[in-house]
Amino acid sequence: MKLSSSLENNPDIDSWLQFHSDGKITVSTGKVELGQKLITAFTVIVAEELDVDPGRIIVITADTSGSPNEGYTAGSNSMESSGMALRQVSAKVRQVLLEKASQQLGVQVENLNLNDGEISCSLTNQSVTYLELTGGKNFNIKVSEDVVPKSHDQYNLIGKKVPGIGYEELVTGATTFIQDLEFPGMLHARVVRPPGYNARLQELNEKYVWEMPGVVGVVVDGSFLSVVCEREEQAVRASKKMSGLAIWDESKEINTENIFSQLKKNNRQSLPVIKGVAELSAVPSMKPPQNSAKTISATYQRPYHMHGSVGPSAAMALYDDQEIKVWSHSQGVYPLRHALADVLGIEEDMIHVVHVPGAGCYGHNGADDAALDAVLAARAFPGKPVLLKWERVDEHSWEPYGSAMQIELKANLDKSGKVLYWNHETYSDTHLKRPSSHGKKSRLLASWHMQLPKQAPQVKPITGYHSGIHRNADPIYDFKDRRIVKHLVENLPLRVSTLRSLGAYANVFAIESFMDELAHSCGRNPLEFRMDYLSDYRAKAVLEAAVEKANSRISSKSEGHGRGFALARYKNAKCYAAVAVDLLVDDYGSIKLLRAVIAADAGQVIDPDGFRSQLEGGLIQSASWTLKEQVKFDEKGITSQDWESYPIITFADVPEIETILIDRKDSPVLGAGEATQGPTAAAISNAVFDAVGLRLRRIPFTPEMVLEAAAEA
Amino acid sequence: MGNIRINVNGCEHQLEVDERTPLIYILRNDLGLKGTKLGCGLEQCGACKVIVDGKAVFSCNSPVSSFANCSVTTIEGIGTAEKLHPIQKSFVKEKAAQCGYCIPGIIMAAKALLDTTPCPDKEMVCEALADNLCRCGTHPQILKAVMRAASEMRK
Repeated sequence: MKLSSSLENNPDIDSWLQFHSDGKITVSTGKVELGQKLITAFTVIVAEELDVDPGRIIVITADTSGSPNEGYTAGSNSMESSGMALRQVSAKVRQVLLEKASQQLGVQVENLNLNDGEISCSLTNQSVTYLELTGGKNFNIKVSEDVVPKSHDQYNLIGKKVPGIGYEELVTGATTFIQDLEFPGMLHARVVRPPGYNARLQELNEKYVWEMPGVVGVVVDGSFLSVVCEREEQAVRASKKMSGLAIWDESKEINTENIFSQLKKNNRQSLPVIKGVAELSAVPSMKPPQNSAKTISATYQRPYHMHGSVGPSAAMALYDDQEIKVWSHSQGVYPLRHALADVLGIEEDMIHVVHVPGAGCYGHNGADDAALDAVLAARAFPGKPVLLKWERVDEHSWEPYGSAMQIELKANLDKSGKVLYWNHETYSDTHLKRPSSHGKKSRLLASWHMQLPKQAPQVKPITGYHSGIHRNADPIYDFKDRRIVKHLVENLPLRVSTLRSLGAYANVFAIESFMDELAHSCGRNPLEFRMDYLSDYRAKAVLEAAVEKANSRISSKSEGHGRGFALARYKNAKCYAAVAVDLLVDDYGSIKLLRAVIAADAGQVIDPDGFRSQLEGGLIQSASWTLKEQVKFDEKGITSQDWESYPIITFADVPEIETILIDRKDSPVLGAGEATQGPTAAAISNAVFDAVGLRLRRIPFTPEMVLEAAAEA
Repeated sequence: MGNIRINVNGCEHQLEVDERTPLIYILRNDLGLKGTKLGCGLEQCGACKVIVDGKAVFSCNSPVSSFANCSVTTIEGIGTAEKLHPIQKSFVKEKAAQCGYCIPGIIMAAKALLDTTPCPDKEMVCEALADNLCRCGTHPQILKAVMRAASEMRK
């Protein structure tokens, strides 16, 4: 079998798995836990192959002092890369243990049984433990392609008895989040950011900050300001004082012209997308067919959206003689180490980054920035750990947002309503601005504010299969003739980076809304219309399952009630998901979600509950983006500074959700964490059309936007 | 600096602190009760909720002096991993946590509701959790867990 991509770089078994004298098995991964229940899935995968109690397994997440370098925990890739690496490593270990036991006990492998760390032979009544077989030594072997993991009919745990790991700690408040770290003698820090992106410090009378109780350090490095105190509340109070004392040059303003005008007007680099890959070649002109009887076009828009982590970003940093140690909730400890070394101008092996869980991040939020902030604050305090936390306003105003996007779709149909030509153009800023090694440049926030400021590296269009802007821009439908174009637009006003599902959210919103529009334009049932262009039986299966389940309930339509659905396969290569939504639209333009159905197929299901919560959580988050969210800003800066100015979904808004998991036991495991984002937005928009005959093409669907769309219609 | 008497999880504490300090910092940093989470400091997200004299309240903004002579219960005060409170047990059963950062505040809000309203309907639970935010979208599992806890606690 083909080896996991993670094993190509880290083939040694011992770097992944270790047996210990207390019977525990430590499993190292270069990935991190973000609330997606990766530790649970990895535990079960290893326990299954080794036939041990899952309680024996301890998963150690990313740490630059030892774990495999697996880059970022992102892109719904962890199960396919790290998860499958662990499956192959464990299968190899199982094979080696059985061979050793066979030799030692003098019986054939076929006559051996594995049971919770012991290999026994019922014929001879002999047994030997895994630990006795390894003698506490390393395996010193690599995994090769001849490795044979268990087949699904041998499974005892996977897809069935998956333990809940870590819940007792979470519900008792015992889990240590990054914000909860406590070391002897530690200090507390806060940052004072400029009032806007372009503001720069003119003057600060530090004297009054030093007079505040508990202040032990005031860091002023250009426009980067931080205050270090003995106690946390002192740091909060001192930072507020410092903020009030700082005088800023705010003359350079943010361009507040309508973002969708900027997306069309600004310079851009345009690339054709062929079979999901952007090509560095000229964009072909549109070639609508001769026999086109009807042309339909529509424009879809999404604003900037926020990650909106409930726990503001934080980091701990400690300078000691040997190294700088950083505790961070970054999604990529190795790339972060690179980025920090670049800013500090030191070798990266001088820095040790350890991952500690934060609150859910949903992409690249303030975690990496807070790490640099903490390092800069700790620099003056060798030997003292400094815990630096962002306040709510820092997170809301400075995190890198999900890019605003405009998608223009055009289709030519023949007389019978058949799609002859499909044209898709996406205008957007990049979705990929994670910090890594950028030489003299940097993507870490504080580096732009320092006395010797770094510049952000220039963004180039990314061409890879379904990456960034063109993620899911190429529809899964069998349109023979298609033209897909990605436009990377320059000089847009807000800081952006990866937000869960990247470009897929808006591309799928556009494609699936447009499919609904096309079906209605020729009087077709939207389900049948889609089926005409679907040859992938797995895509068909999820769509049919979701629609059938949705149609099986709420048969009579009351006024303002509508049902809509949508389909996507994330990156056209990962989890299939169909979403159906029932909702009510009232006379004031307010949308109330009643019920949602999800049907999904991510190949072999490892942890059904984890899979379900990723799908449902994705739906709820997407519903929040779609119905309520938009980052607002003025000339000076971001005005969405808290949960009142940037409201998100609440308990009362959440619909009842039914989820159908299609378990393809023989198929490879597929990433599932970002599958429902796109379909949810389109299902809502299609349901609104079904309810009141109104097409909503601009997110968010707030009552004001709905009434505006109604007035324009 | 002032001298404040406060009862937390049944223990009396006499604290020599700046009385303007929001309660949450005292709980987390002086008493070592890190289960109460800081989310916004603005009484908007509910991650910091504790129970004071039977009511779920925000601890992130009000000064500790306003809790003088009060009885405060934090997430650590209602159960431990070995002896979970029925609400905590229900959250474990329903696997009602993704990242879990918002969960202690939500459990405290749910407890304040169930202590006075043993038979709530779904709307009443949503109302009690109206100012608790969850960004992972664990709402369905959380609602199920609270309803399950209500029925367990009635037994």
